[in-house]
Amino acid sequence: MTSKDRPPTAGQATAQRSRQRARAVQSRDAIPWPLGIPAVLAALFLLVPLAGLLVRAPWLGLPRLLADSQVLDALRLSLLCASAATGLALVFGVPLAWVLARSELRGISALRALVTLPLVLPPVVGGVALLLAFGRQGILGRLLDEWTGITLPFTTAGVIVAETFVAMPFLIITVEGAFRASDRGFEEAAATLGASRLTVFRTITLPLIGPSLLAGAVLCWARALGEFGATITFAGNFPGRTQTMPLAVYVALESDPEAAVALSLVLLVVSIAVLAGLRDRWLTTGTAP
Amino acid sequence: MSANPGGEALVMSGTVERGSFRLEADLRAAPGEVLAVLGPNGAGKTTLLRALSGLEALTSGTIRLGDLTLDDAATDTFVPAQLRPVGLVFQSYRLFPHLDVRDNVAYAPRVQGAGRRQARATADTWLERLDLSALATRRPHQISGGQAQQVALARALAADPRFLLLDEPLSALDARTRLDVRARLRSHLEQFTGPVLIITHDPLEAMIMADRLLVIENGRVVQQGTPAQVARQPATQYVARLVGLNLYTGTLEVASHRVFLDAGGTFTVTLGDDDPAASGGTGESTRPVLVGLRPSAITIHTVRPTHASPRNVWEGKVVGLELLADRVRVQVDATPPALVDISSAAVADLALRPGTAVWLSAKATETEAYAAPAAAGGSAQRSRYRS
Repeated sequence: MTSKDRPPTAGQATAQRSRQRARAVQSRDAIPWPLGIPAVLAALFLLVPLAGLLVRAPWLGLPRLLADSQVLDALRLSLLCASAATGLALVFGVPLAWVLARSELRGISALRALVTLPLVLPPVVGGVALLLAFGRQGILGRLLDEWTGITLPFTTAGVIVAETFVAMPFLIITVEGAFRASDRGFEEAAATLGASRLTVFRTITLPLIGPSLLAGAVLCWARALGEFGATITFAGNFPGRTQTMPLAVYVALESDPEAAVALSLVLLVVSIAVLAGLRDRWLTTGTAP
Repeated sequence: MSANPGGEALVMSGTVERGSFRLEADLRAAPGEVLAVLGPNGAGKTTLLRALSGLEALTSGTIRLGDLTLDDAATDTFVPAQLRPVGLVFQSYRLFPHLDVRDNVAYAPRVQGAGRRQARATADTWLERLDLSALATRRPHQISGGQAQQVALARALAADPRFLLLDEPLSALDARTRLDVRARLRSHLEQFTGPVLIITHDPLEAMIMADRLLVIENGRVVQQGTPAQVARQPATQYVARLVGLNLYTGTLEVASHRVFLDAGGTFTVTLGDDDPAASGGTGESTRPVLVGLRPSAITIHTVRPTHASPRNVWEGKVVGLELLADRVRVQVDATPPALVDISSAAVADLALRPGTAVWLSAKATETEAYAAPAAAGGSAQRSRYRS
């Protein structure tokens, strides 16, 4: 073990070897410059604008700016609509995720690709598509109007619909992956104990994917909160009714840049809170529930 | 322990096909009987278990529990797992990680309609009966493997099953806990009034736990019988290896009591008690037989033995030596090849090493020939188990 019982030369040789090893390990850990320089630039590119937001923030005027009733309306509307969209996504998206993960029907993989399309679709296009479907003259919108008198475009409900359309796929892919990876053995065990498929889903499957469900819901909520393109296209930009925070920021940037920065700051804080919450979840996943 | 003290027999006769794999099984487990299903990996043990528990449907044939048809491919009757009165203890236990021990055991009563309080009371009764009350509030990851096995058994029993299936119940345990858990498991199973099937690849476990063995190889039942029968007259090389016996196939010449072995060589044998030739004969002059020879019944010599007694003597070469707990197993390449058990002192005395030329001898009285045991558990064989 130690060099004490070796002849001194051998001990020296060992020490030298370990120094060499340490150098070798160091050089293996060193970052080659063709990777290091772009990496630093990328990090700066992502962080500097955020730092700029903090530097240029009108800290003194902040309470006054945020107390403005239009700002408060936008914030309230944003939180309400994002939460409602997340609720809808949970109620309808989780069953869809289960079907996508578990069904062996033909065409399921094509369906999976299609329902996650809004992930990559430009949100404005989503908004146009929603207008064509649920607009007053849309395929479904006309029927909805005729039968119930409800019209969705340019209403708060329309904001929720637009946000759900854009954000639900985030929940679906997260939860679908969790369903796919979950151990079917527990479900079989529950079945042999007399549980019906629905009971198995409720008492075993869903609790076991709890962390993924939460992560998916948070992602969905954050995406809904930041929704801009589909919302402004489908629901318009009416203060107090359809003007969410991102729309308010965009409008304020022209009339009152300081207010825009203040609003952006609020969204930044919310985003950081979401990220922190998710990280905590991800770190604890796999240990004691 | 069960709600139906009379108990019903579990009877299966059918096949399961999954891709290119085919399992064909014909078995009957009587009420209160512990039947061990023994076989190498990939033999179809788990498929059998899944078919019996309702996690998989038969391709053809039937499964019945008493008068109740659980699966009948011909009439398209299939009772799924959730509706079968089955208690299944999985190899990896599959305790629900998000529930504590009590709620794991309360799961079956709860999903079968009991209120939360009542289900927990039922669970507490079972935990007490299996001496697990101290663990009630622990999560599955906070208990040992042996405890998890007992909790899994309690969870299965709390469903009030009419038959029990245990998949490799002890294989996940280390050697020390295994002894203890095996003893406890055995005593719990003795109180169960329905049929019990234990899936295992461990012959010792099968012999100790079970009243009867059923050996599966390559998707077919190759032998059924009591542990003693299987140990004495193995039907296949796999079983012979499990019980540590040399097994040879050959043709018996009835008049001379000589067996011409398929692997070469000739043995003079004793016929088994139940051999037709021993009780008057069947009239055939030759017929195929199996010859079983215990490794400890073979003597090893370095010079040709000169005894005149009726011995089987043959020549060979040592190819391997393996140290067992209290003896050495010598592998001899000869016609026929053999495993021989001798003491380590004898290995030293004879200076055996791989390559040593040796002579083997075995008394005719130790060399028993028997007809290949019936595999599919025909009615004649079954009545013998009962008598």
